[in-house]
Amino acid sequence: MIETYFIQFAYIVAAALFILSLKWLSHPTTARRGVTVGELGMALAIAGTLVHHEIVSYRWILVGFVLGAAIGIPLAVFMPMTHVPQRTALSHALGALAAALVGTAEYYLHTEELSAFTMAALGLEVILGYLTFTGSLMAFGKLQDLLPGRPIVYKGQNATNLSLLAVAVAIGVYLVLDPGRSELFPLLAVLSLAFGVLLIIPIGGADMPTVISLLNSYAGLSAAAMGFVLDNKLLIVAGALDGSSGFILSVIMCRAMNRSFTNVLFGGFGQVQAGVAQATDKSVRSVSPEEAAAILEAAGSVIIVPGYGMAVAQAQHKVRELYDALTRRGIDVKFAIHPVAGRMPGHMNVLLAEADIPYDRLVEMEEINPEFPRTDGVLVIGANDVTNPAARHDTASPIYGMPILDVDRARTVMVIKRSMSPGFAGIDNELYYMDKTMMLFGDAKSVVGDLVKELSGTPAGV
Amino acid sequence: MPSDLESELFVFVLATFVGFEVIRRVSPLLHTPLMSLTNAISAISLVGSIVITGAEKSQLSTILGTIAVVCSTANVVGGFLITDRMLKMFKKREPGK
Repeated sequence: MIETYFIQFAYIVAAALFILSLKWLSHPTTARRGVTVGELGMALAIAGTLVHHEIVSYRWILVGFVLGAAIGIPLAVFMPMTHVPQRTALSHALGALAAALVGTAEYYLHTEELSAFTMAALGLEVILGYLTFTGSLMAFGKLQDLLPGRPIVYKGQNATNLSLLAVAVAIGVYLVLDPGRSELFPLLAVLSLAFGVLLIIPIGGADMPTVISLLNSYAGLSAAAMGFVLDNKLLIVAGALDGSSGFILSVIMCRAMNRSFTNVLFGGFGQVQAGVAQATDKSVRSVSPEEAAAILEAAGSVIIVPGYGMAVAQAQHKVRELYDALTRRGIDVKFAIHPVAGRMPGHMNVLLAEADIPYDRLVEMEEINPEFPRTDGVLVIGANDVTNPAARHDTASPIYGMPILDVDRARTVMVIKRSMSPGFAGIDNELYYMDKTMMLFGDAKSVVGDLVKELSGTPAGV
Repeated sequence: MPSDLESELFVFVLATFVGFEVIRRVSPLLHTPLMSLTNAISAISLVGSIVITGAEKSQLSTILGTIAVVCSTANVVGGFLITDRMLKMFKKREPGK
């Protein structure tokens, strides 16, 4: 069987190319090469599969290719960078649905001859696939503001969810013992679909980076389970890579918020602390863009701290103009990127790169924190909780222990904020009441625009 | 087939470790492209859907297979395209500017 050898060979080479692809992604200078290699691996694997002896007709495969491309291309080419988290959630949903449907088809094709092990893998594939499908759609809805971003919680929620999952798993186990009970299979699918919805509704918008990573991991694992069902090692490798990537990112996100998996999934964060922000009589100092521009002009080094508020206000291109205006005056400008800035891991970097800010100016939290005490001016744009010093010392604070950017250690701090309303967790930010802090109230885009105007009004060197 | 199962588990465990080692080294700068690339790669499940669809063993399997081919193709094509689109934007500072 020469074609079997060809398929096996294509799959082995593809697996190697996928690993190489991820390896090259480690650095921006080689990353695009990584994508090319990944595409090559994919093309090879698909070409190998198309000669498979079981295929009797290509008509529906072609229909699938055309429709899939018609959906995939616009989603990639026209999607604004601010919407990348939504697109990612959608692609987790599509990937998981594909795995779940293949599992379903396999079950009904081979009901009688399924071995216990294959049935176990198939059960896992189908449960993970369907729950990731609806879960990702829910995440998509929350990110796209189709659903309320705040957590929806009710009494006995965790008990309901867990018992639902327990029933689904019990049915899975029953099917492993007796795969012939095909009347139970639809129930398994429905319970998994329902569990996906219920799992995500209690999770707030600010936890989306963790949730997206976790769903990524599930989608990968269901693809790997599919590899076990179909006896396809390439699928196992690709699924394992995707699963471990999602897992690593979830751990990084959890650590960046000082929370555990269980806390993210069952905590209903952002709900409990609503009453914490006490009415304060502390006063804040507000400055005009004019004064702020004068302070920035006199500084030798400036760190800009962007948060999701900057992206919401679509201010990144104005921020780039500010970066240019300051750099032209010989001021050293850096950007401090907190791991959970944005709505998915690394989102803020993509937004700033899109605005043409060089990537060597984007500095991670661990590297930039020692630099704050040596920095003259910090400009916080649309970030809140990640700059709150209470996370370091106030054991009563809900964000206590969360790693933060040490903005308060810089010489002067300026904060652009729409109003004094607290962040997602409803926590008052001590930073705003410090003597060295000045508030610039207004929409991020227009305030940064005003700063740029002030800075370009007086030409450099005059 | 226990020997098959054994080698498959072997592959899974090794691939997971390789994944951990390779992905741990990816700069946080590129975590968003990383996720879209792994997404595209895991859409290799397309090969499974292709065989099920093309085999046309039952009406149900052909319908489900075709939908799966649509979903996976969308992820393959879209995943690679958007990853490249994002990576194109990451530039170093041009000298003298």
